[in-house]
Amino acid sequence: MFTDLFKETIRSLAGNKIRSGLTILGIVIGIASVITMVSIGQGAQSSIESNIQSIGSNLIVISPGAQRGATVSTGRGSAQTLTVEDAEGIKAQVADIKGVSPEVSKRYQITAKGTNTNTQVVGTVPDYLDVRSLKVDFGSFLTDQQNKTSAKVAVLGPTTRDDLFGINADPIGQTIRIKNVDFEIIGVTLSKGGSGFMNPDDQIYVPLTSAQHFLSGDTFVSTISVAATDQNSMVLVQQQATDLLLQRHKIIDPTQADFNIMNQTDIVATASSITGTFTILLSSIAGISLLVGGIGIMNMMLTTVTERTREIGLRKAVGVRKIYINLQFLAEAVVLTFLGGGVGIFLGWLASLLVAKFVNLPAQVSLSSILLAFGVSAGVGIIFGFYPARRAANLSPIEALRYE
Amino acid sequence: MIECKNLVKNYLNGDVETQALKGISFRIEKGEFVSIIGPSGSGKSTLMHILGALDSPTSGQYFLDGVDVSGLGDDELSDLRRNKIGFVFQSFNLLPRATVLRNVMLPLLYSGTSQKEREERARECLRYAGMEESKFQNLSNQLSGGQMQRVAIARALINNPSIILADEPTGNLDTKTSHIAMQTLRELNEKGHTIIIITHEKEIADLTDRIISVRDGVIESDVRVNSNQ
Repeated sequence: MFTDLFKETIRSLAGNKIRSGLTILGIVIGIASVITMVSIGQGAQSSIESNIQSIGSNLIVISPGAQRGATVSTGRGSAQTLTVEDAEGIKAQVADIKGVSPEVSKRYQITAKGTNTNTQVVGTVPDYLDVRSLKVDFGSFLTDQQNKTSAKVAVLGPTTRDDLFGINADPIGQTIRIKNVDFEIIGVTLSKGGSGFMNPDDQIYVPLTSAQHFLSGDTFVSTISVAATDQNSMVLVQQQATDLLLQRHKIIDPTQADFNIMNQTDIVATASSITGTFTILLSSIAGISLLVGGIGIMNMMLTTVTERTREIGLRKAVGVRKIYINLQFLAEAVVLTFLGGGVGIFLGWLASLLVAKFVNLPAQVSLSSILLAFGVSAGVGIIFGFYPARRAANLSPIEALRYE
Repeated sequence: MIECKNLVKNYLNGDVETQALKGISFRIEKGEFVSIIGPSGSGKSTLMHILGALDSPTSGQYFLDGVDVSGLGDDELSDLRRNKIGFVFQSFNLLPRATVLRNVMLPLLYSGTSQKEREERARECLRYAGMEESKFQNLSNQLSGGQMQRVAIARALINNPSIILADEPTGNLDTKTSHIAMQTLRELNEKGHTIIIITHEKEIADLTDRIISVRDGVIESDVRVNSNQ
């Protein structure tokens, strides 16, 4: 009995390859798109989170705010209100801090021998290592002496090194040219495994004073990073640093402050809300694909059964029992959805893998997305493959045979 | 072996009830070669559906080999059709994308017969129906009308049924092929099969032994033609 059922199913599906193929295609697209979308969404989320983690720990970041008091308010962050002295003041007067690093950063086109790249150049001080929990892979990091003399030296992030000198090359002693100034490479930092926009592996570090003299041409800094000694002292450090800066900038009303101060928890919270929105966006796209896929499957199944009403009539007329007709159509629907599901899962997985490889996003296929996509497609396929067949099998054979 | 007692069939079409059969009674013995003739709308198709256990009468009784068919359920009717009745449809109704052999074996599906036996029986029936051996593996939609007819006859034979019901067996064939098909049916009858042909063509009916003419849902005449019965 079951061999008969199995053979009939396979023959019937193989008998109309285009029809079966199109049905499977609908299922494949539905499932593969959902799996890929969800994995990209989750990959983006984890990528952003790991980026934030890689900035450093117990970090407080002070950035310039809008300049107030004047009649015109310039954009937040565009103002130049922070100086190296502010950073030194914080280092001297605020307790429980591990380090303070004033930074000047801007993207430049960098050229080396025959190669070039565009990346972030950070002018900073030796404390940067502690503040950003960065380690040096080989060579050495910037020193206070180099800062004092505005030495033309640079430390590369490993990604930048790979881009300019080739993977794992030793660039120490070679020179790179930033804004027509030659810098000698003295070290390479250890990879932190971040990715994307604010990638600590894709940066060049130069002494702060060198950046100010040769690159930015002024004495302001773009951010001051403060690392607290531990998680518990962060609130206090943030408070003290705020008070000190208000005092130094002679501002009485804290709401008029010309700087922004954020701690890492705030950054994580902001980022989470961004990735949350992002995930909702991707999920709704995936949901729509699933819906479209489902309608496609439904359509194909309904057409198939309607088209085959005469065949059902014939089978009944020659004495095949209703139950076997039902079983055959159920088996066909199951085989189609499972074949399509299998291929769909494979393609979705492959697409996620390609995204992970080429877009540099840790896209991961999650079991829940597979189950969701497969469940919906299989459900739709089986219901719409089986239900109309059941209806046809319940028709009298004459009616079914006459069906046009 | 076929006995109809006062068969009545009403159809409800919207609110209008039409009476397709208005009390039909007859007996057909084993081994007869009968034609049921009548113009369209006479009720001959309805009668064929009831004889073929495809439909049940509104009232009256139909006995096939002593079993009252009118009281059977859907599955029992399926079993009856499979075991006792062979159909030859006017439009042949073959599975288009299936081979000749598979079409003939269709009624044996889910019967528990082994694949080998099914094939043997199918080949035997095809030869019996006059089908050339070389076409057994062809797809049925690649056949000519006459060849399809032979496949349809072979399929009707596969379960060694008590009766073979042929609905307008020559309706889709040209004159020459029609006569060959009738010849085949005649040979089957001579081998002992009971054959009932439904037709509207007098000359086809004349090739059978007994002509039952139906008009407006009643039997108009019932005559035995050939004396060789």
